[in-house]
Amino acid sequence: MSERFISIEGIARAYPSASGVPVAVFEDLWFSIGRGEFVCAIGHSGCGKTTVLNILAGLDEPSTGVVVVDGKGIEGPSLDRAVIFQSHALLPWKTVLGNVAYAVKSRWPNWSADKIKAHAEKALGVVGLSGAEFKKPAELSGGMKQRVGIARALAIEPKILLMDEPFSALDALTRGTLQDEVRRICRDTSQTVFMITHDVDEAIYLADKIVLMTNGPGAQIAEIVDNPLPIERARAEVHKHPDYYAVRNHIVDFLVSRSRNFAEEEAARLARGVQRNNRHPPVVRPLADTIMPGATRAAS
Amino acid sequence: MTKTLPFRAGLLSMVILGIFLGAWHIATAGSGPVANIDPEYAKLLGQTATQGKSAMPGPLDVGRALWTHLRDPFYDRGTNDKGIGIQIAWSVARVAAGYGLAILVALPLGFVIGMSALISRALDPFIQIMKPISPLAWMPLALYTIKDSGLSAIFVIFICSLWPMLINTAFGVASVRREWLNVARTLEVGPLRKAFTVILPAAAPTILTGMRISIGIAWLVIVAAEMLVGGTGIGYFVWNEWNNLSITNVIIAILAIGVVGMALDLVLSRLTRLVSYPE
Ligand SMILES: Nc1ncnc2c1ncn2[C@@H]1O[C@H](COP(=O)(O)OP(=O)(O)O)[C@@H](O)[C@H]1O
Ligand SMILES: [Mg+2]
Repeated sequence: MSERFISIEGIARAYPSASGVPVAVFEDLWFSIGRGEFVCAIGHSGCGKTTVLNILAGLDEPSTGVVVVDGKGIEGPSLDRAVIFQSHALLPWKTVLGNVAYAVKSRWPNWSADKIKAHAEKALGVVGLSGAEFKKPAELSGGMKQRVGIARALAIEPKILLMDEPFSALDALTRGTLQDEVRRICRDTSQTVFMITHDVDEAIYLADKIVLMTNGPGAQIAEIVDNPLPIERARAEVHKHPDYYAVRNHIVDFLVSRSRNFAEEEAARLARGVQRNNRHPPVVRPLADTIMPGATRAAS
Repeated sequence: MTKTLPFRAGLLSMVILGIFLGAWHIATAGSGPVANIDPEYAKLLGQTATQGKSAMPGPLDVGRALWTHLRDPFYDRGTNDKGIGIQIAWSVARVAAGYGLAILVALPLGFVIGMSALISRALDPFIQIMKPISPLAWMPLALYTIKDSGLSAIFVIFICSLWPMLINTAFGVASVRREWLNVARTLEVGPLRKAFTVILPAAAPTILTGMRISIGIAWLVIVAAEMLVGGTGIGYFVWNEWNNLSITNVIIAILAIGVVGMALDLVLSRLTRLVSYPE
């Protein structure tokens, strides 16, 4: 995890407010994602998660700071970074196959039509959509639409997968199935993933690291949770793991109270002489033997 | 047995048509000789005065005349005596020419306006002033500069078809959903491919709606324009038959204008449905 495949270095994003003075949605964010790592970001609405993801995608730019991917600064969108949009963003006049083939053709413009079609069909097969190729998006259920979005993103074989609350609009059953599929595919292909969610269980099931963001404006990274669950995990089993409730309580506690009162918490720490370094947000690894959520052991 | 709604509606349409034709027939039918008049004198007076017959032709007169027109719609016996088919063909050709030119200008220009907030704002005052001008007001200017009545009519069609297409194209292009554009951006789609594969299909229903409004206006205007420039076309035909005092032919021309206008609208509405997409 030492390699910084994606390195977010001191980014901030400000929007002009009603009074004319720009207000920073978030400031001085630093964190990195290693190659093949699955990182989730959690925080309340409006703290700037989507903005961070759009900056990673190259669809938006930070007011200050830079994002470095694989040694190069981001300059606009790239086929190396695929986005799965919250609203699926399928082109409604194209068929399911047409939507995926459009992405494939964008990736490999010189491929023959047959090769593009075969590749797109394969991607649809991976997400279990074989047979629905010639349907229009309007004829699909929410879960199927999101599957097409996933197939479209995976079909271009990106280096990085960016997902903005991809499952939030789905019913619990479909969400569970899609989580399983996404986890399987990402593990099989060692995909590097940055995903936004507000579902704590989803984050624990999928992520290696969970970035906790405080409330905006002026949101910060409160800490980075190092998921103590083993890499090999089954969705039906995760909640039986001894460390599961430690992680869960830690995150829920953060969302319920600490995300709001983070400034006071910070001031109290400062009074004790603990200086915060934004470049290295604290990394915590909540374990079962630590009873109180606040008393978690620091990770190595 | 319950009949379907379209069947019952069709039946009602027939009944309404029947009542209308019946009323028309009764209103225009003669009431018999009015008085004992010397037959020679009666001939001079005509049927209106002597038989109580209305100057307005009845449905049977129109039907008979229509039948002769339909049997030979494309005859040509000189400048003032051409079949109604030829006249309609002239009008449709003029509309097609002016309308086609308007498409060539409105679509690219509308694209540019829709894509650029700067150009949109810069051109807005011109469009707002030009739009409400009656197309016929351009006629003298067109006749003076182009010096050809046929081309002037085409120009008038061009100018009246332009605005709805231009405005709808610009609006359709400007309101393409941000997320679709973002899809194209993340796939590194070039500007030209983006224009044809994302913006055009996304804006197509709005553009086609503008084109449908335009064809309606163009067909309204061509009749008036041809009355002014004369020579050929269904508008000229109406005017000519009015000068001949042939109300029967005027009524037939009115009917033909309505039918062709409906057909043009139907074509555009089919095309609109073809490019529409459910979201
Ligand atoms: N174009 C904009 N102009 C002004 N404020 C914006 C704009 N876009 C986003 N914001 C503000 O940025 C904040 C963060 O938005 P977003 O990244 O969507 O948050 P999240 O995804 O965490 O809910 C919101 O409070 C929103 O008001
Ligand atoms: Mg969001």
